[in-house]
Amino acid sequence: MNALTFTLQKSLRFSINCSTLTPSHLANKSISEISGLLINYGKNQLRVDEIFNISGNVGLNIHFKNTSTRLDYLGANMASGCITIEGDAGAYLGFGLKAGIIRCQGNTLAFAACNMLNGLIIIDGNTGDFLGGASAGLRKGMAGGTVVVKGNAGDRAGDQMRRGLILIEGNVGDYCASRMVAGTIGVLGKIGDYACFNMRRGTLLITKLPKLHVTMQNCGTHSLPFLNLMFKSFEQYNTQFSSIKARRVQRFVGDAACNGNGEILLISDT
Amino acid sequence: MVINGIQIDDTFAEAFNMRGTRVIITAQNLKWAYHAANAMTGFATSVIGCGVEAAIERELSADETPDGRAGVSILMFAMGSKVLMQQLETRTGQCILTCPTAAAFAGIASEDRINLGKNLRYFGDGYQTSKLLANKRYWRIPVMDGEFLCEETTGMVRAIGGGNFLILATSQAAALAAAETAIDAMKKVPNVIMPFPGGVVRSGSKVGSRYKTMLASTNDAFCPTLKGVTNSALSPEIESVMEIVIDGIAFDDIAKAMQVGIQAICELGTASGVKRISAGNYGGKLGPHHFKLHGILAACPT
Repeated sequence: MNALTFTLQKSLRFSINCSTLTPSHLANKSISEISGLLINYGKNQLRVDEIFNISGNVGLNIHFKNTSTRLDYLGANMASGCITIEGDAGAYLGFGLKAGIIRCQGNTLAFAACNMLNGLIIIDGNTGDFLGGASAGLRKGMAGGTVVVKGNAGDRAGDQMRRGLILIEGNVGDYCASRMVAGTIGVLGKIGDYACFNMRRGTLLITKLPKLHVTMQNCGTHSLPFLNLMFKSFEQYNTQFSSIKARRVQRFVGDAACNGNGEILLISDT
Repeated sequence: MVINGIQIDDTFAEAFNMRGTRVIITAQNLKWAYHAANAMTGFATSVIGCGVEAAIERELSADETPDGRAGVSILMFAMGSKVLMQQLETRTGQCILTCPTAAAFAGIASEDRINLGKNLRYFGDGYQTSKLLANKRYWRIPVMDGEFLCEETTGMVRAIGGGNFLILATSQAAALAAAETAIDAMKKVPNVIMPFPGGVVRSGSKVGSRYKTMLASTNDAFCPTLKGVTNSALSPEIESVMEIVIDGIAFDDIAKAMQVGIQAICELGTASGVKRISAGNYGGKLGPHHFKLHGILAACPT
């Protein structure tokens, strides 16, 4: 059975909201019913088959082809199934994801995994600001699930993150883990300024020490038994984090400016 | 029934319902895992006076434990969930939290969960941190040697306690040697423990006493020094009786342990001084689980 495939017909002038094109939302709909769904486009509404060529069968798998960064909210609020994006995605990829897997083979704009609750998002390229953050008006970001970014992430990755795991193999921008409430963020590349600004709890696992503000306090280098557990839990995601052998970390605690008890764990080779 | 010259009484061991749990204890090395486990399972021979019955189940290699360190698994049983939970938390706090490098993890899957580190975390005085990994919550409590790592809860299951058999021999030394042989064999059976010292009980009890305050008292029918003054179950040549008590997760686990233990003794033959194997019961009035010796051993080669 071929996966239901949406192939973008032409480049878009305006961004469109693709939140209706998820396996859970399209279940029990025929191809003709799906074709007739309306999507806002600028001040107009277009049928889905005016934007995408549709092929394949309705099921738990959906593919998007020839995509662009004009496709927002891909996989939003998805509760089951698997979405593969063969190209770039717009903002709010996997917004409020409840379950299932989203794989983006290109880059995404801001707010990927925003308000995510569970499931898995894999981004093979780069992603924008507020990865795993909270959407405007909400005070809690990602509350569960796992995000793997093979490339770089923008500013404010994990902003107000509440729970879950973000693994970034590349670099991240400024204010990484800002206002973080709990959860774990791992970064293998470089980190911008003001990491863990106003962090409450949670863990930022890093391999390169950024310039830290004074309210992140050095607690020394330690061998922590829980690292074995944590790295073992990473193995299922097939990332470069699995190749980390060191089990000693330098621990920084803060942000003392908000009486926080979060931590930066700098993986140590010594 | 006679196996290799040793008489097997046509009787049964009477066992009762319990609640059980398993905890995995790891440490920097097995030495310290054993220190923690021995402390945690100390004074846990019988629910009559200890609240719980507990013992080390087996050693675990590094690839069998959650944190990749060597460890041991312990089983703990109590008459009810409330007692089990209270004893588990107390013993974890006093024996594992305090033991250098030790960590504690859930060792059994069940929908019924009881607290392991859930309340111990407050020892961290606000510096404790939690991690949710693979849908399991762990607590990291800062202590003077680094961090105490403990899973939040462990599973609790229905279990059976009080499986037993008696070894009747011509001397104390012979009875004890046979008991040791049985214990060595039974320790290889999973899901069971023999909670008494060295796995062996010399003071088997009967229900009740001539003293009102005593719930249990010596099993005079099997006391060799009382052969002439009580309704003795012992023949003249029997000078010593040892009991092995077994607690387990399921009926089949206990039956298997009894079978393995009795079979190991029977392989020693009558030259070992063992004359009979019997079992302790209360006429079927105490517990719903009856381990009939002949039934258990029916599959054994004679």
